[in-house]
Amino acid sequence: MVLFIAVTMVTYVIFFVIPANPAAMAAGKSASAADIARAEKRLGLDKPVPIQYEKFLQRLVINRSLGYSFTNRRDVNEMVLAAAPVTASLVFGGVILWMLMALPIGILSALRPRSLLDRSAMVFVLIGISAPVIWIGLVLQYFIGFKWALTPNSGYCDFINPPAGATCGGPVDWFTHLILPWFTFAILFAAIYVRMIRSNVMDTLGEDYVRTARAKGAPETQVMQKHVLRNALLPVVTMLGMDIGIALGGAIFTEYIFGLPGLGRLAIQSLEAFDLPTIMGVVVFSTLAIIVFNVIVDVLYAGIDPRIRLE
Amino acid sequence: MTSTAAGKELATDGANELLLDVRDLRTYFKTDDGIVKAVDGVSFSVGRGETLGIVGESGCGKSVTMMSILGLNPKPGRVNIPAGPGRGEAMSKALQDSTKFVSLSTGEAFFKGENLLTVSGSRLREIRGGDIAMIFQDPMTSLNPVHSIGTQLIEATLLHQDVSKKQARKLAIEALKDVGIPRAERRIDDYPHQFSGGMRQRVMIAMALINDPKLLIADEPTTALDVTTQAQILELMNRMQEEHGTAIVMITHDLGVVAEVADEVVVMYAARVAERAPVDNIYEQPMHPYTWGLLGSLPRLETDVERLTQIPGQPPSLLRPPAGCRFNPRCTFAFDRCRRELPELVATLADPSHTQACFLDEETKLREAHRVLASFDPEAAGGG
Repeated sequence: MVLFIAVTMVTYVIFFVIPANPAAMAAGKSASAADIARAEKRLGLDKPVPIQYEKFLQRLVINRSLGYSFTNRRDVNEMVLAAAPVTASLVFGGVILWMLMALPIGILSALRPRSLLDRSAMVFVLIGISAPVIWIGLVLQYFIGFKWALTPNSGYCDFINPPAGATCGGPVDWFTHLILPWFTFAILFAAIYVRMIRSNVMDTLGEDYVRTARAKGAPETQVMQKHVLRNALLPVVTMLGMDIGIALGGAIFTEYIFGLPGLGRLAIQSLEAFDLPTIMGVVVFSTLAIIVFNVIVDVLYAGIDPRIRLE
Repeated sequence: MTSTAAGKELATDGANELLLDVRDLRTYFKTDDGIVKAVDGVSFSVGRGETLGIVGESGCGKSVTMMSILGLNPKPGRVNIPAGPGRGEAMSKALQDSTKFVSLSTGEAFFKGENLLTVSGSRLREIRGGDIAMIFQDPMTSLNPVHSIGTQLIEATLLHQDVSKKQARKLAIEALKDVGIPRAERRIDDYPHQFSGGMRQRVMIAMALINDPKLLIADEPTTALDVTTQAQILELMNRMQEEHGTAIVMITHDLGVVAEVADEVVVMYAARVAERAPVDNIYEQPMHPYTWGLLGSLPRLETDVERLTQIPGQPPSLLRPPAGCRFNPRCTFAFDRCRRELPELVATLADPSHTQACFLDEETKLREAHRVLASFDPEAAGGG
């Protein structure tokens, strides 16, 4: 709650510190001074900032409404709700993909440090972490999407119920359109997670209780499953929860490159237009996502780590 | 001391029946700096129901010796290198050439007729936790924090006994009761962090003894505990030994602990055995300069000394051990031969069960031992 108020308030303050006049933009290119004043009044921008913020909160809490866009007067709730599934598809698919890459690579390279696999994994990590997301996206797009035409290059298709007039729809189209974005989005995280899982597993392998398990006569697979992985992956759960929360706020670069109408693109568009309600909409949504996923992580953690179980 | 007496009786009953017989055990590790010879030609044996104390400074190879026997060293290699004078060099070379393993053990460790150093991996796993159990120094970190102690005890049972989960749980509760955990039926579902250090060590002991092992290896089981808890744990181990007839190898750097529990003592210095003798001999007639040093650094109640005597210098690096006797740079009695030749264990004239690795003549040693003992305990020296 405190976090929520702090985040929205800071967004407000920053918005008004930026030397630009959203009313002028909303009123149009050739607007007169009177037009701008009228637009200002219509959008409520003539009032002092604290009052505007109060109104924003009132609207949010009482009407559950984020208001209407400055630029096109559309309902912000609708815009955010339309963009959220796109980002969610991208993020959750990406999470699955990066964990599918990071878990086996991380664990195997921890088991065989300095082996060929470990060294190649570390090269992958280095590339994944240092390569800009935009570059990865463009490279994938050029080769796989354009040169070899294996997948669609950009755009988004709804999983179910495509809107009237849409050119594509259904699970298959949804999937093929997202393959490249998923990879683009997942590579950085996969690299970070490979490194994290590798070092966690290596640390845990050196723990005394792993030696105890071996001294009991447990076979190596049982030692790994029961004693090493369970402990080594605890911190990964925390990181995963936080990263999902953050990513739901918009995977800006990926969405931009592949023309996905998700939250990241919505945020960029509204920032360019100084469209305060829409910016606030994205901020509110991503803040909530982060809070929700942190709560999920906490609850989950209490389930899997007995040390922090509530008495 | 009653339990020690009982242990001795057992030992004499099956005097020629050795439970564990270790000969020329060597364990080398490969590190970035070179080959570390952590154990370099160690021999000893343990009789049924007997307690052997292994003492020595940190890093002298006590723990590695026992870990090698159970194959618990990191990434152990399996290379058959025949006994003989070239064994050490052959091991170093095998390690240098290898990319697959970082530790290598050779020698013999006969346990009930099987050489533990050459048995198959699956057979060794059967023995680990079954016939030979081990408890460790730090009970705070030796139990898995995310599993209840019940789960961990049951795991140990199911690995070695053909019982149902329900029976295993019953056995676990019995084992916990045995080691003096109150309300065992309820505490079995608790997690390690809900136990104190002493209680956790009790749990470790329960887990080690649940499959009724013939040999229990205790690697500094009391070092991490406070003094009153130490006494309780030692008492518990003595009692368990009487009830189960388990032989114990007690690894420790505490000569006080050894005096209390051991029947026989092996004093290790720099990866080798310096002296091996029945416990009373060690305290009444120590025959190795290193043992004198250890005894001299022991605080005594009877005498009022300002400062404890210390052994000058540091233990040698096991990467490049000194030529000749490993102890010679720190030994006040060292002469030419000590710097050239590596002394082997030989029996003393007075007592064949008492062996030591030192070139000093026995007469000098008896005189010195007498003097060392007299310096902190005039009475005992007068009697001996």
